[in-house]
Amino acid sequence: MSDFFFARSQMAMSLAFHIVFAALGIGMPLLMVMAEGAYLRTGRPVYLELSKRWAKGTAILFAVGAVSGTVLSFELGLLWPGFMGKAGAIIGMPFSLEGFAFFTEAIFIGVYLYGRSRLPPLLHWLSGAVVAISGVFSGIFVVTANAWMNAPAGFRIVGGKFTEIDPVAAMFNPASFHEVLHMTLAAFAATGFAVAAVHAFFLLRDPASLFHRCALGLALAVACVSIPLQIASGDLSARAVGRLQPAKLAAMEAIYRTEDGAPLLIGGIPDDAARTTGYALVIPHGLSLLLADSASARVTGLEEYPRKDWPNVRIVHWSFDLMVLSGFAMLALAGWSGWIWWRRPPLAGHPWLLRSLVAAGPLGFLAIESGWVVTEVGRQPWIIYNVMRTEEAVTPLPGIAVPFAAFTVLYVFLAFVVVGLLRHLFLETPGADPQLPSA
Amino acid sequence: MLPLATAVSLLLSLILYALLGGADFGGGIWDMLAFGPRAARQRKLIAGAIAPIWEANHVWLILAVVVLFTGFPAGFAVMMTALNIPITAMLIGIVLRGSAFIFRNYDSQSGPGQRHWSTVFGIASILTPFSQGMILGALATGQIRVADGHVSTGFFAGWLTLYALACGMFALGLFAFLAATYLTLDAKGQPDLQEDFRRRAIWSGIALVPIALVVLLASRHGAPEMFQGLTRWWAPLLFGATGLCGLGALGALWRRLFAAARAAAAGQVTLILFGWSLAQYPNLVTPDVTVENTCAPETTLRLLLLALGAGALILLPSLAFLFRLFKGDERH
Ligand code: HDD
Ligand code: HEM
Ligand code: HEM
Repeated sequence: MSDFFFARSQMAMSLAFHIVFAALGIGMPLLMVMAEGAYLRTGRPVYLELSKRWAKGTAILFAVGAVSGTVLSFELGLLWPGFMGKAGAIIGMPFSLEGFAFFTEAIFIGVYLYGRSRLPPLLHWLSGAVVAISGVFSGIFVVTANAWMNAPAGFRIVGGKFTEIDPVAAMFNPASFHEVLHMTLAAFAATGFAVAAVHAFFLLRDPASLFHRCALGLALAVACVSIPLQIASGDLSARAVGRLQPAKLAAMEAIYRTEDGAPLLIGGIPDDAARTTGYALVIPHGLSLLLADSASARVTGLEEYPRKDWPNVRIVHWSFDLMVLSGFAMLALAGWSGWIWWRRPPLAGHPWLLRSLVAAGPLGFLAIESGWVVTEVGRQPWIIYNVMRTEEAVTPLPGIAVPFAAFTVLYVFLAFVVVGLLRHLFLETPGADPQLPSA
Repeated sequence: MLPLATAVSLLLSLILYALLGGADFGGGIWDMLAFGPRAARQRKLIAGAIAPIWEANHVWLILAVVVLFTGFPAGFAVMMTALNIPITAMLIGIVLRGSAFIFRNYDSQSGPGQRHWSTVFGIASILTPFSQGMILGALATGQIRVADGHVSTGFFAGWLTLYALACGMFALGLFAFLAATYLTLDAKGQPDLQEDFRRRAIWSGIALVPIALVVLLASRHGAPEMFQGLTRWWAPLLFGATGLCGLGALGALWRRLFAAARAAAAGQVTLILFGWSLAQYPNLVTPDVTVENTCAPETTLRLLLLALGAGALILLPSLAFLFRLFKGDERH
């Protein structure tokens, strides 16, 4: 296996690791602020306790997010100097704005975590709100940089050189809006379902626990509001990809031939050599309807592109289906919870709902990971779509297997420790008695 | 003008990183070296001093990288290629340090976990500043060469020289000195701890002198352009001022004027980095990569500086608030 392969794997592994903490870093502060807000409004101590527990969890996750993010900022150059040497001047701007969002976030998370006794309650709550808002902004800025790789804008190429650089146009490129929207909602949905799963788990053991009931309520509120929006925004993303990156769309849908009235293929085994997808669930005209609201609309197939410009169709198609499947599973669960909440509360009295919520805990993150695989692998062989190929960008350094192995071991180890610490944190959560001494 | 202004903002973030983040690394070194009957209390003091602020302090490094790759993208590509190995070592140190520190804080407070995390925290606090010194040193050696935009000297040039290694040692000593000096203030109200760190600050301050001499002597052959820079007309002034700050810091420590010692030590670090940058200018990677020949187009630089200025408007008051909240008590 080549150094190029290991460079790609190292980038993918680092990002796949970071995105978990990044998404929680966007979602957790919201939960923590909601809990503290509920305490300020109602004065019920259980909400104070809840916000303290969630803040502790956030502190651990945030630290790992910060260090893995630092690694990424260097890795952009360590692994892809050919890319950063040219693109730095164009997309550096969102990264520098992101830097300030991090600063704000890091400052106020210090204030929030350690300043509870030093600040009046409202100011303390506000500092939490600043963390939540700047978390969203860091996500927004960095995703615009990724969107630029998919829909490059704000420059011209003259004789192999990038000229007439316009960083503002690059930041507001045609892919920014849908990617930013979809990613931000993804962070809320995934955090909501993951946190709901933890508290549903404890409620199964101890259905009377006020602490876990309140926690489940808040987490589900975030999850149930964001998931329908997320699916709508996914539709928006798919249409945008159809316009901006038709080859990626064809790979997502495993469509080899250009057709009027293209079917929607779910699952199946794409076969590049035969240019067909076997064993799929076929919904006639489905894709044309979804993309263009017309049963006979034309959808471009992969055959229009030279073979060397195809991404790995199987990975992209299966990842896409995985994301969509997870999305609809979460939507169903949100519907079920909402219905129970409306008709037959409390939620804690429904063990099958609780069990399903526990099972659905990882789904949001599964969808985030597979969604990013769709975006990134689907863009291949380009690092900047239709402008620069990924292999032109890679570092000449030999032996990339070594740092790849080192960071993989390091991250697997960190993941174990984080899970252990969070487990520890939750196992000592209060049971039925909300009036526990504060931590 | 624009490239120079961008380079200055890069230097400013590096200085702030050294003054704030560097001291946090120094704290890690003293955490590992804590000994004697008060070791547990020393560790507790260090943890308490770092915990609320380390994450913010760490962002100065991120800011420096971002300014570097936005403002000098081609220079960034050269550095990341030629110095890939020590930079990777530094990153591993950063990951281990940050996570060990936070894990230790949230792990159960008794048991072997604590000691293991302390060890990891300490080792990573040594690895990182040492690599950082080595990386900055390597840039000046003149051994990293670029032909047609590509690094032509491989992946081991520069950073394994005596000069770069001495720079690594120097960074380590400097951060330890800085941390011990700051900790005398954090220990206010605990005179025995204050004495511990006062002694450590003085010893590490004295130990810096021979290391600085080695750096200077090694630069003669190891980093000739840097050495030439250090013999220009402004050099004696700068050496004088740096030396005065150093002596002032030691004297203030001796007389237990801890706030003055902190100011003098911070001044010393600032002057060292300032002098280094003057001697390095206009090179980023001596001799082929300069501020002028790798800077981004003007539009980018203008926007970058604008973003930095606007960011500073939010950032500086927030930072002031953070430090007031957690470090304010010690002010006299
Ligand atoms: C909770 C997570 C989640 C859920 C439930 C969904 N997605 Fe998604 N999706 C993501 C999380 C995500 C993501 C990880 O956040 C991505 C990667 C890049 C991006 O912008 O969002 C993504 C990318 C992404 C892309 C590629 C965008 C691009 O390359 O520019 C498309 C077309 C969709 N999604 C479509 C959908 C559809 C039709 C869904 C319907 C069920 C759906 N997603 C559910
Ligand atoms: C702003 C966010 C992101 C940026 C700027 C970014 C940038 C990059 C770059 C520069 C590469 C290497 C070149 C390439 O293969 O095209 C890459 C590859 C990759 N990234 Fe991302 N990425 C981002 C988010 C993510 C996330 C969150 C994931 C999560 C799983 C991810 C998954 C991958 C994968 C799987 C690859 C390898 C693709 C392949 O080589 O087949 N990316 N990304
Ligand atoms: C190439 C891609 C990326 C780079 C270079 C990068 C860089 C960083 C850095 C340096 C940090 C640490 C900041 C600190 O110290 O506070 C960080 C944290 C963070 N990143 Fe990323 N990041 C990338 C991808 C992403 C993506 C795709 C998201 C998605 C939304 C994201 C969202 C965040 C958030 C919210 C944080 C805050 C820290 C946390 O809560 O864990 N980042 N990132």
